[in-house]
Amino acid sequence: MVLIRIFEERSAQLYGMRKIGGFCHLYIGQEAVAVGSIAVLDLKKDYVLTSYRDHGHALAMGVSARKVMAELYGKETGCSKGKGGSMHLFDIQKHFYGGNGIVGSQIPVATGIAYKQRYTKDGGVTLCFFGDGAIHQGAFHESLNLAKIWQLPIVYIVENNIYGMGTAASRVSSITDFEKMAAAYDLLGVVVDGMDYFDVVEKTKEAVYRARKNGIASLLHVKTYRYRGHSMSDPAKYRSKQEVESYKQMDPIEKLKGQLIKEGLLSGKEYEKMRDKIKEVVEDAVRFAEESPQPALESLHADVYAPMEK
Amino acid sequence: MAEITMREAIRQAIDEEMDRDDRVFVLGEEVAEYDGAYKVSRGLLKKYGALRVVDTPITELGFTGLGVGAALAGLRPIVEWMTFNFALLALDQVINNAAKMRYMSGGQFRCPIVFRGPNGPAEYLSSQHSQSLQTYFAHVPGLKIIAPTSPYDAKGLLKSAIRDDNPVIVLESEMSYAWKGEVPSEDYTIPLGQAQIKREGTDVTIVVHGKPLKMVLEAAEEVAQQGIAVEVVDVRSIRPLDEQTIYDSVRKTNRAVVVDESWPFASVGSHIAWLISHYCFDELDAQVELVSGEDVPMPYNHSLELAAQPSVEKIIMAIKNVCYRS
Repeated sequence: MVLIRIFEERSAQLYGMRKIGGFCHLYIGQEAVAVGSIAVLDLKKDYVLTSYRDHGHALAMGVSARKVMAELYGKETGCSKGKGGSMHLFDIQKHFYGGNGIVGSQIPVATGIAYKQRYTKDGGVTLCFFGDGAIHQGAFHESLNLAKIWQLPIVYIVENNIYGMGTAASRVSSITDFEKMAAAYDLLGVVVDGMDYFDVVEKTKEAVYRARKNGIASLLHVKTYRYRGHSMSDPAKYRSKQEVESYKQMDPIEKLKGQLIKEGLLSGKEYEKMRDKIKEVVEDAVRFAEESPQPALESLHADVYAPMEK
Repeated sequence: MAEITMREAIRQAIDEEMDRDDRVFVLGEEVAEYDGAYKVSRGLLKKYGALRVVDTPITELGFTGLGVGAALAGLRPIVEWMTFNFALLALDQVINNAAKMRYMSGGQFRCPIVFRGPNGPAEYLSSQHSQSLQTYFAHVPGLKIIAPTSPYDAKGLLKSAIRDDNPVIVLESEMSYAWKGEVPSEDYTIPLGQAQIKREGTDVTIVVHGKPLKMVLEAAEEVAQQGIAVEVVDVRSIRPLDEQTIYDSVRKTNRAVVVDESWPFASVGSHIAWLISHYCFDELDAQVELVSGEDVPMPYNHSLELAAQPSVEKIIMAIKNVCYRS
């Protein structure tokens, strides 16, 4: 979580310095969601997909900070060879299937990966993340129905950060208790405190178990908050400073740190040491990205089609 | 060789590939218990079971995207769209996911998936159920597109499509499912990206894909009586497009007519016509003619709907135009 926080803060700076271009959606404030839920997976057989706010998930999936930062820089050494950028981080070996730029578009794809898991009976589970903005897309509703009728091993995780870009969910949603939407498909809907690492771990663990064991899909309604705007170009004028401050009081990293210190599992000194170490990891990633070569112009036409496997 | 229908040739291709590779499965509306809206998947449910022959709800975006995910994870789905008209609901999954996942991941993914079903005008179906949508797909890098016109081509091309590691769109037609032709009993495939000369001639080249081939052959027969020898190039595969066969033919005949059921504005046909004009400019003795669908939605009335499509008469007129004959 600390890695994601520092990585994202550095990304924001680099974006300001025009080292990173295009759209850049930061995950600051939501770290406990990706980290807590991915922590319960067996990455030999489980898969993860998410939206364009994907830096945190990629890092939580074990994609190196170097590869992610190089991708933000558009460099050849990036995890998508500079072809994907911020919104399209992928690592097939690590079962991280992106990084989708169309709101809700990854939801049927994730459902299809779960279909493969059922088809091959490989015991795997798919976690499908998306934001509250995606919950009204047909892709979401169609997928939940398919997951139910075919008993697919999948966990749908709506990261409700309250705003779909600049529009508050309450302004555009028939209900904001999104967990209730699962009931329409006779699936279990569960509320999760996204600012609490342990709550995320517990609820995801239960949902993954149900999916793996019995092919029962769940919808986790994870209540979280993004400290920054929708993307780097968003000054977030649609919400008050007080609101942002009130969520910062519930900061997931501070909360976890407090819990660990209270349990005697971490000391303040150890935490500072860890932070310093992580800062160095991020600085190393930035250096790596800076020094990496641009993709060769000849790569423009590469990888449009897959060659036939011999 | 046995004479079978297009419908049966497509069914055989699917059946044999499912038998050969257990990663291949079929999903779509009415494909299983109903045996397919056009009976293409007849008997497959009984043979392969409900995990591999899957009836979906009417949810084109959902099951198309599910197919894409299954393909990215290692299966080889065949998605049947009951008709291409309904595929419009699934375009995001085809264009943004199936076609691009490989490129934007820096070459990490393969997406071996087939999308197939009837495309193009049928009869008495009015505007929403009778349209040629190949251009929507042809526009997109990352997709392959085939348009078989005979049972032999359908079986051989579809088998290649199923074995291909890329998304392949297969254009069929309600009107041609009953067409008959000879198909050998032994296993064979036809590589994607190879056009075929369906009739040899020296005076005019007609470039065509899909169902209008039949009209083109009729027109060629008719003008042969008037001494015009037409060469017919059936492209069979729109992407990749066998440009060389087209250019070789045009460089021989020095005249070209392109026939395409689509609307004329920015279509597969208009693109091929441009390619010929551009790459065979010095060899052309006349401007390239395009015989397309009329630039209107399809009407229900039969006379009107026939008038909206290419016809033998329109093709003959175009042939005569490029030959400066009246």
